[in-house]
Amino acid sequence: MSSKHNEGESFPRMQREKEKVHQQQEEGDGIGWGGQTLREQFEDLERKTEETGHYAGFEKLDLKQDQPIQYEQMFAQLRGDLVTARETSKEVAATPIVEQEGELCYGLFTPEGDSIAVSTGIIVHIHTMSEAIKYMINHDYEESPGIEPGDIFVNNDTHVGDVHACDIMTIIPIFHDGEIVAWAGGVNHVIDTGAIGPGSMNVSQASRFGDGAYYTARKVGEDLKLYNSWKKDYPDKTRTPDFLKLDERTRMTGCLMIRSAVNDIIDEYGIEKFKQLSREAIEDGRRGFRSRIKKTMLPGTYRGASFVDALYEGQDNLTRAYANENHLMHAPSELHVREDGSFQVSFEGANKWGWHPYNCTPAAIQGGIWVMLTQTVIPNSNVNDGAYYSCDFHLPVGSWANTQNTETAHAYAWHFLVSAWAPLWQHLSRGYFSRGFWEEINAGNANTSNWLQGGGIDQFDKLHAVNSFESACEGVGARYVEDGEPHAAAIWNPEGDMGDAEVWEMTEPLPFLGRAVKPNTGGAGRRSGGAGFESMRTVKDVSRWLLYEMGNGYMTSDGGLFGGYPAASGYILNAQDTDLKERFENGEDYPQHDLDPESGEFESKIDGEITRRPEGISTPKEFDDYDMYLNYLRGGSGLGDPLERDPEDVLSDIHDGYVLPRHAKDAYAVVVEKVNDEAKHNSAVQGEWELDREATEQLREERMQDRAEKAQPVTEWYEEERERIRNEEDLIDDVKKTYESSIRMSKQFAEFYHEFWDLPEEFEFSLSEKAERSLENRFKTGLKMKWDNPTKGHETWLGVGRDDEPEVPYTWTADRTIQDLPTPDSSFDDMTTGKAMDDD
Amino acid sequence: MPESYPREHIEDLVDDNLEWNQLHDMMSDFKDADRFQKVRDILQERVEWDDPIILPYADHLYVVAKSEDRWVIKCDCGHEFCEHDENWKADALINVRDSEEEYLEIYPEDMHPHPDYMELREFFCPGCNTLLEVTNVMPGYPLIHEFEPDIETFYSDWISEPIPTPEDQSA
Repeated sequence: MSSKHNEGESFPRMQREKEKVHQQQEEGDGIGWGGQTLREQFEDLERKTEETGHYAGFEKLDLKQDQPIQYEQMFAQLRGDLVTARETSKEVAATPIVEQEGELCYGLFTPEGDSIAVSTGIIVHIHTMSEAIKYMINHDYEESPGIEPGDIFVNNDTHVGDVHACDIMTIIPIFHDGEIVAWAGGVNHVIDTGAIGPGSMNVSQASRFGDGAYYTARKVGEDLKLYNSWKKDYPDKTRTPDFLKLDERTRMTGCLMIRSAVNDIIDEYGIEKFKQLSREAIEDGRRGFRSRIKKTMLPGTYRGASFVDALYEGQDNLTRAYANENHLMHAPSELHVREDGSFQVSFEGANKWGWHPYNCTPAAIQGGIWVMLTQTVIPNSNVNDGAYYSCDFHLPVGSWANTQNTETAHAYAWHFLVSAWAPLWQHLSRGYFSRGFWEEINAGNANTSNWLQGGGIDQFDKLHAVNSFESACEGVGARYVEDGEPHAAAIWNPEGDMGDAEVWEMTEPLPFLGRAVKPNTGGAGRRSGGAGFESMRTVKDVSRWLLYEMGNGYMTSDGGLFGGYPAASGYILNAQDTDLKERFENGEDYPQHDLDPESGEFESKIDGEITRRPEGISTPKEFDDYDMYLNYLRGGSGLGDPLERDPEDVLSDIHDGYVLPRHAKDAYAVVVEKVNDEAKHNSAVQGEWELDREATEQLREERMQDRAEKAQPVTEWYEEERERIRNEEDLIDDVKKTYESSIRMSKQFAEFYHEFWDLPEEFEFSLSEKAERSLENRFKTGLKMKWDNPTKGHETWLGVGRDDEPEVPYTWTADRTIQDLPTPDSSFDDMTTGKAMDDD
Repeated sequence: MPESYPREHIEDLVDDNLEWNQLHDMMSDFKDADRFQKVRDILQERVEWDDPIILPYADHLYVVAKSEDRWVIKCDCGHEFCEHDENWKADALINVRDSEEEYLEIYPEDMHPHPDYMELREFFCPGCNTLLEVTNVMPGYPLIHEFEPDIETFYSDWISEPIPTPEDQSA
């Protein structure tokens, strides 16, 4: 049999569909329902949604109400098929990123690009793939390059719909009887994007042109076969072509499984019922979100601010001289829970984007919220774009959160994204607290770093890149009712895992010397933040090998809650030109950990050029055999006054390796005494301590007195602080530049800042010439928008920050409160009637 | 699926007496419709003052009714901060950790923010010296007013109950 015959037999249904579509095209019909073009169908859906306030105008859920069992059966079947597609296809991949960490996700979308159901995994992409589909519709892909049965599309362009270029998505349309009835999409994190430095998220580039290869919603195949032009294209744009080829087969496997599952459901229940389900499931998700919010939170306004550092001054190997500066992210976070339970989320006041790879697009920000909400508000299978229709996002155009400039770099957008979403955990937790749902309260998450990345010539003498996903396993924030989970997960992948050391060693020439819980990484509190961990790695059998670090350093992005302390920030520890080989040969001690950076233990066990510094980011630098690299994975933030922590728990913390003994006294006012030097516990900690209850009680009493003596009334502090700001005392250029950036970006933030500190109208921070030049350079750059035709959903952020019409009800100024807010009318306003239902 | 948990169960939640498996079940299960009222009533019994609790506001803090139209933020020790829609922090005690030495009390070397870039503001209750909130911000950042609940909408539209008043309490 010829291969052609084989292929024809493999996909007869697709061939029949294709013939039907061609026939309709000859008659002048589009691929949409009832002969519409897909664009017409999309515009019709937007209009109906806007007019009625219900998704696609579905004011009633007839299928769900009349045949509830069948509705649930169909949805559960779809959801189950998506999860099966993920679990099965991930075995096709060769990277531990997919196979071990599960950095893979699938979605089923309506023809208009709204997600109906999603698999487990990195469900940040519920909405990113949705944007990519809408982009294709809105830019007339039906006309060119055509959307037909058997077509294969690829996207990793963050301005179209993605978080960053290393998340590559495959999307295929599903047809029935000549109409497009759905899209199947899959996305996974690849090892290397062909950026200017090795790894999936290089950090040394200033702009998009160093991020690696971008594929903008591109058709790469038809008849379910990849074009030769594609097969000959992308492998040369990565250092790890074999891994990427298998990644692509992984995504294709999953998409084809979903396509088959949809065909089966259509065959079993009929096409009309499938269409009905796809609409109702989203409207159901929209209502379910609001009813859950009304049941568990409080209406009102929630505010917070988060920061993170990206220090580039003096870094080597930067692609542009003007990128040699420090960046601080400022993310004011404001959440309005409206009367109808819908969300309005605003980042008004965010500072300008920068010449660094941590900028975000709306798809990234919106995707980020889903992966969070599914871990708290909607922790169930009924997750889809319905929740998107219950949230409006105000993302200031031109800020780091929405650059609207295709020149900006986005390789590790998560650095800012994760940090910026940190206050949202706390907004939700404050609502849960007031409603009494204390079991849901969570102080926050971890800065999901360090990222161990690099590449060169590996142990098999091949060009290779590495991207350790041990970072999928950070400590998580403290709960109100329990300590935070140690070394557990990452916000972007609730099912994350640190991966087996042996598996990492198969794909990375970086043998493990040790792996242990890292003390004091979780924030102190009545409930402590979950601890992070660390791996000590060396380098073996490489040449031309580069490594670098990525994470927070000078700032901690994860605040504590209700008196708990923030999680610890990061630092860098490397050793080069070491005597490790000799130590191995002589059977001598060598460093396996850096449990206490102050102890000098690491330095005492190795000779070489040691780099220990409190920053979190380094650009690629050369490493050779027997050099050493500490991979430090962060902890979560704490909750509650640490003096309220049970002293017995603090003693356990010491033995479990969560807290260094000296901090028992300093942070918790708990007195312990070492009674034995031997290792006694299932941790890297050596020794046995005992609690001195009486001394602890006394110390805690003294500590309460100390607080009263040391602290001052806020009114007094305010006066001193105002003078400090007016006189610009003890404020460094990086900090002042950040304020000025936000002030220039946002009239509302400028008013708030001036009003709060009672500053003269003409007040401006005086900046260094370099800082002034940096701001001018970026503010002058203007916009380079990707979308010619934005969707209705984009209207919620498109106009934000304009001087002529501040659409954001910004309430940080003292004379405005939630009571003054106008009725929300920015996009899909409230049309929900009747009693809130619990659809979760 | 419990429509409502027995009061003793919610008391155990408030008093931190539940085992992890019980808490986990509560997380996984449907949310009980009367949780707010139960928790509010239990907290009312726990505090040593009579002002009716309108809302638990934050750990140790409550919005309480002083009269029919005056609501204030109050600590469980009895200290009253401010009106419910004002920022209680303005009436708190503050200690700012903004030096290496102060950071090292809580974090090991190199694992804390750089004092030039970030400070920790610790807010204490002037009545009992409990640490109520720690914020991590850039030096020079205004105070953040974290939470302004819309109490009227909540009581009238979301739970359809009258807002508690001192008169109810004494009745």
